[in-house]
Amino acid sequence: MPRVLIVEDDPDVRKAVQLGLRHQGHDVFAAGTGEEGLEQLHPFHPDVVVLDLMLPGMSGLDVCRRIRVRDQVPIIMVTAKGDDIDVVVGLEAGADDYVVKPVQARVLDARIRAVLRRQDASVSDAVRPRAEAHGELVIDRAGLVVTHRGEPVALAPSELRLLLTLSASPGQVFSRQQLLEAVWEHSYYGDIRLVDACVKRLRGKLGELGGDPRYIQTVRGFGYRFGSP
Amino acid sequence: MRGRRSVRPRTSPRERETVTVEQGPGPEKFFRRVLEKLPLPVRGLRSRLVVAFVLVAMASALSAGAVAFREARNGVLQQSQDSVIRQFRASVDAVAADISPGPDPAYTRKVLQTGVQQVLSANQSQGWRVLATYGSVRAYAPRAEFDKLSPELRRSVDTKRAAVFQRVNAGGRPYLVVGMPVTYGGVGSTGSSLSGVVMYLVVPQNTEQAYVEAMVSAIERATLVALVLAVVLALLAASGVLRPVRALRRATRRMAEGHLDVRLVVDGSDELADLSRSFNHMAAALELSVAELRRLEARARRFVADVSHELRTPLAAMSAVTDVLDENARHLNRDTGEALRLISDGTNRLSVLVNDLMEISRFDAGAAELSLDEIDLAEFVQYTLAARGWQGRVETRLPGPGVLRTRVDPRRLDVVVANLVGNALRHGAPPVRLTLGVRQERADVAWAVIEVTDNGPGIAEDAMPHIFERFYKAGTTRTRSESSGLGLAITAENVQLHSGRIGAANRPGGGAAFTVELPLHRDSATADHDSTGGAR
Repeated sequence: MPRVLIVEDDPDVRKAVQLGLRHQGHDVFAAGTGEEGLEQLHPFHPDVVVLDLMLPGMSGLDVCRRIRVRDQVPIIMVTAKGDDIDVVVGLEAGADDYVVKPVQARVLDARIRAVLRRQDASVSDAVRPRAEAHGELVIDRAGLVVTHRGEPVALAPSELRLLLTLSASPGQVFSRQQLLEAVWEHSYYGDIRLVDACVKRLRGKLGELGGDPRYIQTVRGFGYRFGSP
Repeated sequence: MRGRRSVRPRTSPRERETVTVEQGPGPEKFFRRVLEKLPLPVRGLRSRLVVAFVLVAMASALSAGAVAFREARNGVLQQSQDSVIRQFRASVDAVAADISPGPDPAYTRKVLQTGVQQVLSANQSQGWRVLATYGSVRAYAPRAEFDKLSPELRRSVDTKRAAVFQRVNAGGRPYLVVGMPVTYGGVGSTGSSLSGVVMYLVVPQNTEQAYVEAMVSAIERATLVALVLAVVLALLAASGVLRPVRALRRATRRMAEGHLDVRLVVDGSDELADLSRSFNHMAAALELSVAELRRLEARARRFVADVSHELRTPLAAMSAVTDVLDENARHLNRDTGEALRLISDGTNRLSVLVNDLMEISRFDAGAAELSLDEIDLAEFVQYTLAARGWQGRVETRLPGPGVLRTRVDPRRLDVVVANLVGNALRHGAPPVRLTLGVRQERADVAWAVIEVTDNGPGIAEDAMPHIFERFYKAGTTRTRSESSGLGLAITAENVQLHSGRIGAANRPGGGAAFTVELPLHRDSATADHDSTGGAR
C-alpha cells in the first residue's frame, strides 16, 4: 500500500483527494500547509508527495526545494493550466511529474504508480554486470546506486530512471518522446519540458552544467544520447 | 480565420453613390486619369503651385511692362519729335525770307541750296539731312538719301499748310521725317501764303531708339526677376502647405501602424494648423476610446481567467471523488445511481470546460508558449491516433519514416490533430481520412500540410465563417456533444502559435475538409535544446 503525502490548502479538495486516493488503495496523509507537509515528511515517511504549488505561506516551490535538499522521494506537482512558468520552475526545483488541476483520482493514481515504478530496476537487462563504469561515472544497475568520482550521487526517481534508460545503450539517440514513454510512461504526446528539465537536473548533479556535457549529450533535432567517455 | 472562405463585402448603395459622384463628368475624368498616370512629384501640389505662380507673375510682369513700355516710348518719341520740329521750324522760318524761287530752275536750285545749307549749319551735329523742293527742283544737303519720304507725306504737305511728320523705320532704325511748307507773310498759317517751297528734314532717332531698347531690356530683366521671385515664393508657399501635409501623412501612417500616441506639432493659426489640431483631437479621442476598449477587454479576460481559476477549486474536490461515485453508483438503487452518474458526468464535462477556458485565457493573455522539438510527423500522427485507439477508424496517407521532419510543439500539435480527427469521427461519416503532405511555396519556404476529411454532411454555409469561433453552436449537423465548444478555437490558436494556417471547407463530393499548414523548420532557431523556452 503506497504511502502518499498530500499538501493542499483547500480543506474540501484535501478531503476529496484523500478520499479518492484511499479509494484507489493508497495510505494517505494530508497536510494543509507546506510547513506541515515538511514536518510530516519524516514521521510519515511517504513513498510519494503530491504537492499543490499554490499554497499560502511557504510556496509549493519552496517546499519542493526543501524536500530535495535531504530527500529523493518522488514529487508530483499539482498545477493549474495557466501557471505555465510554474511547471518549468517546479520541474527544475526537482519535481518528477505534474498533473493539472482539476484531476480525477484515477489519473492521479496512475501517475503515482508510474513514478513509483521508476524506482524498479527493470530498465536494464539482467545480463549486464552489476556495476558499469563510464569514465568517472559508475552505475550500479542492481543496487540502483550511482557514484561520480567516488562520491554517491543522490538522484530522484525520474533522474535515475532517465540515466538508466540512456546508459543502457550508450551512443544510441533517444527522442524526447521515447524518453517520455520510458521514464514517465506517457502513452501520448506529453510535455517534453519534463525531459528537458530532468536532463538539466541530472547534468547538474553530475557536475556538467557548463559547456560540453560528457555523459548526456544533446543531439540537435533528435534528442539525447549517453556518451560513454 | 484564413480559411477557404471568401466573404465578399458588398458596397452599400450610399457608398456606390459617393463613388459615382467622385468620378465626375467626362473631361474631368479624363484629366484625372491623365493626372493619376503622372508621378506624384509632377502632379503634386508643389509643381501646381509653381506653375500657377509663374503664370501669374509672367502675366502681370508682361502686361505691366507692355503698358509702361508703350507709354514711355510714346513719351520719349513725342518729346524728341516736338523739339526737332520746333528747331526745324525756327530754322526754316529764319531762312524763309531769303528763299524766293523764280522761274529759272537753276536759280531756284541755288536759292534753295543756300537755304538748305543755312538750315543745316544752324543745326550742326544732329545728323540732319535737309531737302528743299520747289515743284520739280530739289536741293539737299549733305547727301541725297531721301528714300524715306513717303508719297503720303508729300501729298499731305502739299495739301496742308502745317508741318507734317512721319516716323519711318528703315533698316531697323527709326527716322523722323518732317515736311514743312515755307510760308510768307504773317505769323501762323492764317494770314500767310504758301510759297510752294517745301523743306523736308530726315533725322535718325538713335538716342530715342537706345532709350527704347534700354527700356525693353529693363522690362525683360524685371520680368526675369519677377519669375525667379514667383518660383521662390511658390516653393515657399508649397513647403508651407506641404510640410504640415507631410507631417499629417506620416502621422496617419504611424497611426495605422498602431501608434495611437502620435501627435502633430501645431504652429500658426491657419487652416492647416487647424487641421493638425483637429487631427490631434481625433488621435487623442481615438487613443482614449481604444485604451478604454483595451481596458474593458483586459478586464473581461481577467474576469474569465479569474472565474475559471475560482471554479477550479470546487471542481478539484469534485473530480477527485467522481471515481468513488461511479463505483458506488452501480450498487445503489436506480434513481440514486442515475443521479450520481449525472453528477459525475457533469463534473467531468465541467473540468474539460474549465481547462479549455484556462487554455483560451492563456492564449488571450499571450502567455501561451511553444516547447519545440523536432519530430517525424508521420510517426507522430500514427502515435496520436494510436493513443486514442483510432487507428482502425481513420484512413491515413502518410509519407515514409524520416521524410517529413519538422520542429513543432508535440503536445500542442497532438491536441490539434486529436481535435480535428475527433470532430470528423463524431460529426462526419466514415471514411475519415488523414493526409500528410508538403506544399512547396518557394525555394526556401515549404509547408507541412495536414488534411482531415470526412464523408459527412459537411459544414453548413452559414456556419462556415464562424466555425473557429468560441462557443459557436453549429447547426444540428454538428451538435456539441462532450466537447466544451472551445475545441476548434483552441485548435486554431495552437496552429497560429506555430505561425501556421488553418482552414475549413466543404468538399465537392460532400463532407468537410479541415486543412492545417505548418511552416517546415528543420533544426533551426534554438541551438540549445535544454532551454524550455517558448518560441516567442
